Amino acid sequence: MTIQTLEPILAEHPFFKGLSQEDIALLTGCASNVVFKAGEVIRREGDAANEFYVIRQGKVALEIYTPERGQLMLQTVGAGEIFGWSWLIPPYQWRFDARAVELTRALALDGQCLRNKFEANPRLGYELLKRVAHVFAERLLATRLQLLDVYGNRS
Amino acid sequence: MILERGDFALLLDALQKTHQVIGPTIRDGAIVYDELSSATDLPIGWTDEQDGGTYRLKRRNDEALFGYVVGPQSWKRFLHVPRQRLWQATQNENGIQITPEPQATHRMAFIGIRSCELHAIAIQDNVFLHDQFTDTFYQARRENVFLVAVNCGQAGGTCFCVSMNTGPKATSGFDLALTEVLEDGQHYFVVEAGTANGQLLLNELSQRAASNEEQQKAEAISAQTATQMGRTMDTAGIKELLAQNLEHPRWDDVANRCLTCANCTMVCPTCFCTTVEDVTDLTGEHAERWRRWDSCFTMDFTYLHGGSVRASNKSRYRQWMTHKLSSWIDQFGSSGCVGCGRCITWCPVGIDITEEVRAIRGKE
Amino acid sequence: MVIAPEKQFINSPTDPMLPQPYRIERVRRETHDVFTLELRPANGTPVMQFAPGQFNMLYVFGTGESAISISGDPNDTNRLIHTVRAVGTVTNAMQKLKRGDCIGVRGPFGTPWPIVEAEGSDVVIVTGGIGLAPLRPVIYHVLANREKYGRFALLFGARSPRDLLFARELEQWRGHFDFNVEVTLDTASSDWRGNVGVVTTLIPRTQFDARHTVAMICGPEVMMRFTVQELMKRGLTTDQIFVTMERNMKCAVGFCGHCQYGPHFVCKDGPVFPFDRIAGLFGKREI
Repeated sequence: MTIQTLEPILAEHPFFKGLSQEDIALLTGCASNVVFKAGEVIRREGDAANEFYVIRQGKVALEIYTPERGQLMLQTVGAGEIFGWSWLIPPYQWRFDARAVELTRALALDGQCLRNKFEANPRLGYELLKRVAHVFAERLLATRLQLLDVYGNRS
Repeated sequence: MILERGDFALLLDALQKTHQVIGPTIRDGAIVYDELSSATDLPIGWTDEQDGGTYRLKRRNDEALFGYVVGPQSWKRFLHVPRQRLWQATQNENGIQITPEPQATHRMAFIGIRSCELHAIAIQDNVFLHDQFTDTFYQARRENVFLVAVNCGQAGGTCFCVSMNTGPKATSGFDLALTEVLEDGQHYFVVEAGTANGQLLLNELSQRAASNEEQQKAEAISAQTATQMGRTMDTAGIKELLAQNLEHPRWDDVANRCLTCANCTMVCPTCFCTTVEDVTDLTGEHAERWRRWDSCFTMDFTYLHGGSVRASNKSRYRQWMTHKLSSWIDQFGSSGCVGCGRCITWCPVGIDITEEVRAIRGKE
Repeated sequence: MVIAPEKQFINSPTDPMLPQPYRIERVRRETHDVFTLELRPANGTPVMQFAPGQFNMLYVFGTGESAISISGDPNDTNRLIHTVRAVGTVTNAMQKLKRGDCIGVRGPFGTPWPIVEAEGSDVVIVTGGIGLAPLRPVIYHVLANREKYGRFALLFGARSPRDLLFARELEQWRGHFDFNVEVTLDTASSDWRGNVGVVTTLIPRTQFDARHTVAMICGPEVMMRFTVQELMKRGLTTDQIFVTMERNMKCAVGFCGHCQYGPHFVCKDGPVFPFDRIAGLFGKREI
């Protein structure tokens, strides 16, 4: 698969929506197509975080293993969403396990490649950082609501 | 028509033939409403002095029958009674049998009901008779009541019916309305009939039409009372004022004073909230449901699996006052306040609803 | 005396204060703390008619009454169905009742979900926990009249796999090609095949035409608050969103005053409200 064919896929994904063709082209240079089978472990906690993923189809679970309760699902993300941001923040290590719940097609974006491009093009870097920050904020809100345990028994 | 003081007993006698006659009498240092056996039970020659948190009976220097304002009770305890059994049930191997409670059938006559109190009854009529559902217990009592109003000859220290447009002169909703005149050694009542029933009774009692002068005297008494209001409340735009000020700092201020004792809701002639109690006998085979007065000032009032929605004093006082003066208008098309002043008089710390409104308006 | 013209009074019982005896035909355990009662009138009279969203006051002999929404099919004339979470004195006593026992029923009370107004629109149901119960009649109705509605989605959040209400039916509903059913849990172990996260995260992933959508929400107040925000981000306006409020209820007929929510009596002006009618109160504390 050639790099050029990924450009329209990238441009269509909600995470990159509205970016200029020029920016898309630049980002496509860091992208590669990936497919994960249902149940396949994508990354494990502690792995080096060299990339992040934009999901085109399927569902990915972010999980953590606890000795007492086994493998716990913390959150699932699906088509149109992204996962993995440890590539942005030192020490660039995965904090959770990522596992495909069902057949998942995604684009992997190489973190080192992106960081180099953003150092050279801070405008694009800032734009992408804002988009990632938006995802951070949404995830944090969702996590806080989860913590409220709203369906729990108060009495 | 004119009813002489000497003939007043005739009114009670006539009503007692067919009605349980209820009117003002003195008990425990206050004027309360209770069954009257004769006119001598009335608080003849007594008046009351009222202010925030203060109520005192005092001798008058005349023998007026209705020379006081309003006491701690209102007539709601006879129409919307404090405790009402709703039904009884038995349980056996065949299941549950539920027996409805029989309706009250006795006829009551209220003597000495004031204009603000007539308005309060009309307001409770809207709650219990004119909304989606009808309270048949209220209805049975209400339909059989004969109302003898008295136009106030003086205003009390906490009165503000003029502000609420509910008095002091009774204009509708009564069978008979009396204005008591004591002047130059004369003592009589100018009587007006408001219904055909009232007119029939009046025809039995009096053959003398009121002269123009007597009519004017009665009018002058009401007009003068209107000038004596102990309190005032600016009601312009009050629905919006309160609805838009649910976060006003004044609610914190009043919450620091309010004891949430619920006195204001008990003495209020329009407050209608109730709770139910389900009870059983020792065998567990017989059960009853009772309804009794409740108050939005209690913690349990808003209990919802695990906690109370209105847990703070502030929210409970706010609920009471915004309901009374604002959301009541949304619900029933009129204010829930008639300006009788009872909530001010009977508040143990003298919280004054008129003052709270002024504070929220920003005119302290 | 003014009655707001938009108030709908439907299916009012003849004597709203007096419970009618119903017999329990079946008790179905749904989850560890939720059960469903199937009831029939003990005296052989017809089963009451109700509109989706309405509730009854259920009386356990000698213990007391609790407001419980009707969770059955509005077209089922044979049984009256209630799904109850055991959380208080009355509902815990109810939980101990068995087939053949009698229960008192007053109702139905309250406003319905806008199933007629939603005809021709996409319908999005967002619920959490026991909140699915009062919306199940809507699901039955829409599935029985599928051609009258556009896209149909159910977004359901629960605490954990053992709290999944109507699990078997959820599976059935997922089998419909024209019914988008998404379930999400607060926590799950890795054998769970569905979503994990709060129910609001499902909204951006759901297909509907914001201009022609009616959303119906039932769940804890904080869940509804964030659900409304998320739906509005998608372009819904407050008059397209319907929520159910819950307050203490004693009489269910507007006399006792307990359920007041600002100017509304939840028992008769609700429990279903178009969000625009309560938007001004919704975020306020201790109303």
